[in-house]
Amino acid sequence: MSELEIHNVTGTGVYVAGDDIDTDRIIPAHFMKCVTFDGLGQYAFYGERYNEDGYTKNHPIDDPRFAGASMLISGRNFGCGSSREHAPQALYRHGFRGIIAQSFAEIFFGNCTTLGIPCATVTAETMSELAQLVEAEPATSISIDVDALKIRAGERAFDFEMAKSAQQALVSGRWDPLQELLSRADRVGAAAASLPYVGWN
Amino acid sequence: MSKNLFQKVWDAHTVGTLDDGRTQLFIGLHLIHEVTSPQAFAMLREKRIQVAYPDRTFATVDHIVPTDTRQRPFSDPLAEAMMVALKDNTEASGVAFFDEKDANQGIVHVIGPELGLTQPGMTICCGDSHTSTHGAFGAIAFGIGTSQVRDVLATQTLALSPLKVRRVEVNGELGSGVYAKDVILHIIRVLGVNGGVGFAYEFAGTTIEAMSMEERMTVCNMSIEGGARVGYINPDDVTFEYLRGREHAPKAGDWDAACDWWRSMASGPDADYDDVVVIDAADIAPTVTWGINPGQGVGIDEAIPDGNGMPESERGTWQEAIEHMNLTPGAPIQGTPVDVCFIGSCTNSRISDLRDVAEHVKGRRVSEGVKALIVPGSWKVAKQAEEEGLVEVFEAAGFEWRQPGCSMCLAMNPDKLVGDQLCASSSNRNFKGRQGSARGRTMLMSPVMVAAAAIRGSVADAREVFGIRSDAV
Ligand code: SF4
Repeated sequence: MSELEIHNVTGTGVYVAGDDIDTDRIIPAHFMKCVTFDGLGQYAFYGERYNEDGYTKNHPIDDPRFAGASMLISGRNFGCGSSREHAPQALYRHGFRGIIAQSFAEIFFGNCTTLGIPCATVTAETMSELAQLVEAEPATSISIDVDALKIRAGERAFDFEMAKSAQQALVSGRWDPLQELLSRADRVGAAAASLPYVGWN
Repeated sequence: MSKNLFQKVWDAHTVGTLDDGRTQLFIGLHLIHEVTSPQAFAMLREKRIQVAYPDRTFATVDHIVPTDTRQRPFSDPLAEAMMVALKDNTEASGVAFFDEKDANQGIVHVIGPELGLTQPGMTICCGDSHTSTHGAFGAIAFGIGTSQVRDVLATQTLALSPLKVRRVEVNGELGSGVYAKDVILHIIRVLGVNGGVGFAYEFAGTTIEAMSMEERMTVCNMSIEGGARVGYINPDDVTFEYLRGREHAPKAGDWDAACDWWRSMASGPDADYDDVVVIDAADIAPTVTWGINPGQGVGIDEAIPDGNGMPESERGTWQEAIEHMNLTPGAPIQGTPVDVCFIGSCTNSRISDLRDVAEHVKGRRVSEGVKALIVPGSWKVAKQAEEEGLVEVFEAAGFEWRQPGCSMCLAMNPDKLVGDQLCASSSNRNFKGRQGSARGRTMLMSPVMVAAAAIRGSVADAREVFGIRSDAV
């Protein structure tokens, strides 16, 4: 089993309520002025966490009860907006290893998969049960079983959905496609040559 | 049943199937900018990988450039570092770079079409979600993350799964004072901000066919705001005429063959779609957003939603929006006071947008206390506006005239809202904090509606402010 294979991620959870949580909220554009992703983690959800004068606004991820949480739980259309990979990078560097939401924006979902972060899509009922569980019992261990498409939270188990290709990519350890793409350079050359516009002046 | 454009372009660019079942897709045009490329180049350096097809990538700088001065080094050292990184990376890899002083510089989605780089039948990507703009030419164009920027630099290909295709047909004549921006705001209002997830939108119908290329770009630009990563319009004579003679468009010897191929990539008359939605142009009013996502829009004559009869699933976002925007539910949207008026962004900063605005603000004055700025999408647009005398009109009316860049569309350069300022904006996103202040408020609308708000000092019906005659009744 290659160390890149992602079958299961486990940790405690934190519930960030709301639908359509967009990438500007996950990482404000201001913090994208960088040439590396290092250090982005501390700015995750910055605008929601701090007032202009720097005081904290009691965002759930700053709540001591959820300190160290690595499973992020949220509502519909999570990660909508920009294509910035800074968003999943900030979440990853903040310590999140899995995201559970009612639905995901497409580019965000793809970016997460490429970084090896499983995004589990759950029903509204599952989402609210998980949210309640985490609120009531913050120490509950939550795991995303990518092979079985099951979320286990304490004694409970819930189904989730994930695009087949993403599931495959994660469990096979091929979530970063670069090596495979590189290995097919000959075929790429042939495909390019078959496109009429490649030869136009 | 014949294929639609998406399927044809997809097939033509398919290299093969990857082990996980995804398609390896060849990318015809790759555009890069300073924000999402430095990390990609760093990853390549780390792995000692060369850029595979440097002549298929073009770079410019737009997000971080100040729009009041081009003085280097930039006053913001982080912005300066990003500039230097892009210059070094493009030089080392042989990628063409239009820097802040280059006559071709501008917002990446404005210059691609302007230079004729954007062409029908291509696959186009950029580390920026508004890459959907280029779909106006009948290309499959979409935003990608930085790891994918790396993949394209390294291999000129991506690992992707195909999208479903929804035909969004808009038919009929738009009323006077109703613009392409209103069409797309209306579509997003009807289909929802995540209605397009998993889909490419094919915009079609007589309303779309009657649009100029610049209007079509405005529509496709905001596909992503409706959840659709790709939005496109089938290429036709309007497309070809726009491209003819542009710097990177096919030259005379290849032109006829190019037009034939482009035409052959359009959706067939009996093409197959996963879904079809039909919208009547007569239902589209000048539209303004009142909330914190682009789907929260109303016609200018309507009231701010009071939440009555709203589906339970939308209530949370409604509540949050009302609180953030500090608006009164049920009150008319017209008359909401504005602090800042911004005309610019890859949605609406092209010459036709500026001409429309100039025509109406000529001889009028921006309302006392309102900061109003106009930021051209590129140096080419700026030059054209100067030559046509539009700049004098703007300045006489009290608008600030700036140098090209993303400016106040997002908060990565010195143009920002402060405190809870409310901005009437021709850009594409009204997310909380988007314009640089966590409490800042954004209302999206067409450039002419922004101009009307600037003149009135509050959200207003441009048709009334400017006496735009309604031909219908
Ligand atoms: S103008 Fe705005 S939306 Fe367009 S590329 Fe720049 S920041 Fe992005």
